[in-house]
Amino acid sequence: MSIKIIDILDKKFKDSINFSENQNSLFIDDPSKWDKISKFLHQNKDLKFDYLMCLSGYDLTDNKLGVAYNLYSTSLKHYLEVRIEVESEIEIPSVANLWRTANWHEREAYDLLGIKFTDHPELKRILLPEDWEGHPLKKDYETPDFYNGMPVPKDKSYWE
Amino acid sequence: MFKIIDKSIISADEMVLNMGPQHPSTHGVLRLKIITDGEIVSKVEPIIGYLHRCFEKHCESLSYEQIVPFTDRCDYLASMHMSHSYSMAVEKLLDLELPERVEYIRVIVAELQRIASHLIAVGVFGLDVGAITPFTWTLRDRERILDLFEMLCGARLLYNYVWPGGVSHDLPPKFIEETHKFLDYFLPQIDEYNQILSTNKIFIERSADVGVLPLEVGINYGVTGPTLRGSGSTFDLRKDEPYSVYNKFDFDVPVGEGLMGTVGDCWDRYYVKVLEMKESAKIIRQALDSIPKGDVHEVLPKKIRPPKGEVYSRYESARGDVGFYIRSAGKNMPDRLKMRSPAYCNLSVLNEISAGWMMSDVIAVLGSLDIVLGEIDR
Amino acid sequence: MTSIVDSILSAISFINIDINILLIFAIVIPGLVLFILMALNVMISVYFERKVAAFMQDRLGPMEVGIFGFKGGKKFWGGIGQIFADTVKLLTKEDIMPANADKVLMLVSPFIIVAGALLTFIGIPFSDGLIVSDFNIGILYIIAMSSVGVIGVILAGWSSNNKWSLYGAMRSAAQIISYEIPIGLNLLLIVIVCGSLQVSDIVQWQADNRWFIFHSPFTFVAFFIFFISVVAETNRTPFDIPEAESELVAGWMTEFSGFKWSIFFMSEYANMLIVSLVASFVFLGGWLSPFTIFNVFPDSWLILDGFYIGIFWLLIKAIFLVFVMMWFRWTFPRLRVDQLMYICWKVFIPFSLANLFFVTIWELIAGSIS
Repeated sequence: MSIKIIDILDKKFKDSINFSENQNSLFIDDPSKWDKISKFLHQNKDLKFDYLMCLSGYDLTDNKLGVAYNLYSTSLKHYLEVRIEVESEIEIPSVANLWRTANWHEREAYDLLGIKFTDHPELKRILLPEDWEGHPLKKDYETPDFYNGMPVPKDKSYWE
Repeated sequence: MFKIIDKSIISADEMVLNMGPQHPSTHGVLRLKIITDGEIVSKVEPIIGYLHRCFEKHCESLSYEQIVPFTDRCDYLASMHMSHSYSMAVEKLLDLELPERVEYIRVIVAELQRIASHLIAVGVFGLDVGAITPFTWTLRDRERILDLFEMLCGARLLYNYVWPGGVSHDLPPKFIEETHKFLDYFLPQIDEYNQILSTNKIFIERSADVGVLPLEVGINYGVTGPTLRGSGSTFDLRKDEPYSVYNKFDFDVPVGEGLMGTVGDCWDRYYVKVLEMKESAKIIRQALDSIPKGDVHEVLPKKIRPPKGEVYSRYESARGDVGFYIRSAGKNMPDRLKMRSPAYCNLSVLNEISAGWMMSDVIAVLGSLDIVLGEIDR
Repeated sequence: MTSIVDSILSAISFINIDINILLIFAIVIPGLVLFILMALNVMISVYFERKVAAFMQDRLGPMEVGIFGFKGGKKFWGGIGQIFADTVKLLTKEDIMPANADKVLMLVSPFIIVAGALLTFIGIPFSDGLIVSDFNIGILYIIAMSSVGVIGVILAGWSSNNKWSLYGAMRSAAQIISYEIPIGLNLLLIVIVCGSLQVSDIVQWQADNRWFIFHSPFTFVAFFIFFISVVAETNRTPFDIPEAESELVAGWMTEFSGFKWSIFFMSEYANMLIVSLVASFVFLGGWLSPFTIFNVFPDSWLILDGFYIGIFWLLIKAIFLVFVMMWFRWTFPRLRVDQLMYICWKVFIPFSLANLFFVTIWELIAGSIS
């Protein structure tokens, strides 16, 4: 992440963001400001991040979840990583209207980790069946005993 | 005869058609819910998840070296690309500098894998459109590449070859000679494919002007690889942000120009793949002629324990832009590993470009997007 | 020219029973022979198609199954026992019917299609006089009977209770009905020139003048339009949208298994043979030897003309056209439904109508010159 991007963002959103120690990632403290910041990142002519490469959710323990956005600009050729970390019940504004690739990526983050996004066109499970309970990628996830009446085999000793 | 599930989404004369998980032409276990009005399609909704094997959760309980075979199984048609991309991500975390010979071997193997994967993509696209013979011809040529890989590491499809820090085996004695022989045999075959398929009038009618993907829509949806290059973008990671030793080789990046119809139609996406095979052959020849000597196991780490941090590394695989986002907490197992698969984003654009066309066109567009369910569902 | 029914009747007329019962015998026996011929045709055609497909795709085809001491293995005709193995397998397969399907219609529809093919065979000659029944409206009868199959196709698709089968059946019905128009228009040309609908008169005219395909440039074009239209009529690639394997699994035949499936196959290959035979005796001179074109040795035995040799010549021409149809299947991709319809209605029918006009003009001019 170049110094220029840091300067531009610092000037505009001084109090809602801060940077990581090695200046590689941008942290957003207040998720409700993400709406404005993402629009700024998309439309500002010095930044022009038009390509959202990857949107990953991750689980920090103690009931905190995070989302990492990897952005890239195809015309100005610079990168940016944005991270938002929230308590599990708080919702993050969706960027599916700005970068339509986020549509499926946010569905996956919701499916596997339980992160909810506001204003998403169709937030439902994508990789797991519609009636699955629980969010598997969380660190404290336990496999359920039954799924639709079928027992899930826990004792795998007889598989040896 | 059919049940109306939700009255709000379909009107009285529309039919909900289910191209179910088992179907000869959906490239794997993909389910397409197609809402049609007669023959015209109004909405296509892909439903995925039938091949979800919990790759990312599983990686959180495996050490970094143990993850390599599992990356192979994500995109099983281009396994070398997956393991190469993963190894690059781990090496970025560890700040490893690799010997030249390792980089050259990785490039040769990656380009051979690109040719093999594109052969299947080209053959299967012809099969979807109805031409059965080119499919058998491309598979026959792919067998020779698989023979080369078998000579190299013993496996034909899932190699476990590219490890973080090096490769598992050095090149066997006759490999360079055999690869040259294969390239001499292969380049005239591409002209044969052009004769039977690319310039066939019926094929052009089926694929030109069908499923046009405008460039801005493609970038917005995250489409990458030959699919986006067919729409006119010249962006290729190997040329624009060279990783490994790609900056030492001289090759072109084929771009779709709308030769037979509009820019960005199915024919363009298909033809970009055919031309890319020629370029890969060029790269392989240059690499084989200038490969340096060395020990491939020189910097292979015994135990991988990267420092705390995160990395996102990109790689140009046969289908597009593979990304690995790895968060490390200082242990020998990753804290979070996310694989950004190119086919996942390529498939999400299906509704946009095939709504309003006929059902046979949906199949043609799906074939031209070149998806592999293993990497979509992980 | 006498036909087979007439000859059988006259042969058994010495038995003093009512003529109607004799007539029943005279009809049933050729019918049985024709059915056996259709069964033989499908067995040989399937093997032929598999071998042709294999050699075009750079592989070998059935090689292992041998029969009667012809062991499988090295020679290119190695898998000849596959014919019998496939037949036995299909006949003894379990008959699976979907739960909500219409059972009566599923039973009946294959037989309607086969009945259409069998009825068409009645009017097709195999040599000079070797025709089951020499109608004086021969060509019209053939065109009419080949349309009976459409009903069977629609019933098969509908009764399967499967949306995909219904799609296939509707496409197939639309395709078959549309392509009958160019077929009829092109067959009309020889009726105009020769003046009779009767099959033996048509081939006699070709014996007296020349093969119809070489009669004028317009009839040359007409042969190609006719041939492509019959490829469309029999649902072969590039027009095999109804059975498009990669879209509809097997189209309207998806839900049929075992014996009924083999009946569908029999009708498809029988249709191919029928249209090739029709193309042969209308355009390519029927049972006349090809040496007659060049008029090399008129009226000598070197031309190889005759009753038994005539069967051979007719079958050679028909088998060559069947091979060309198989060649098409493994070379070309498939056309989309609307492109198929566009070709029929906007290309073939105007061309055929124009052809009709020009052939008539040619006849008038050529007739007034000679």
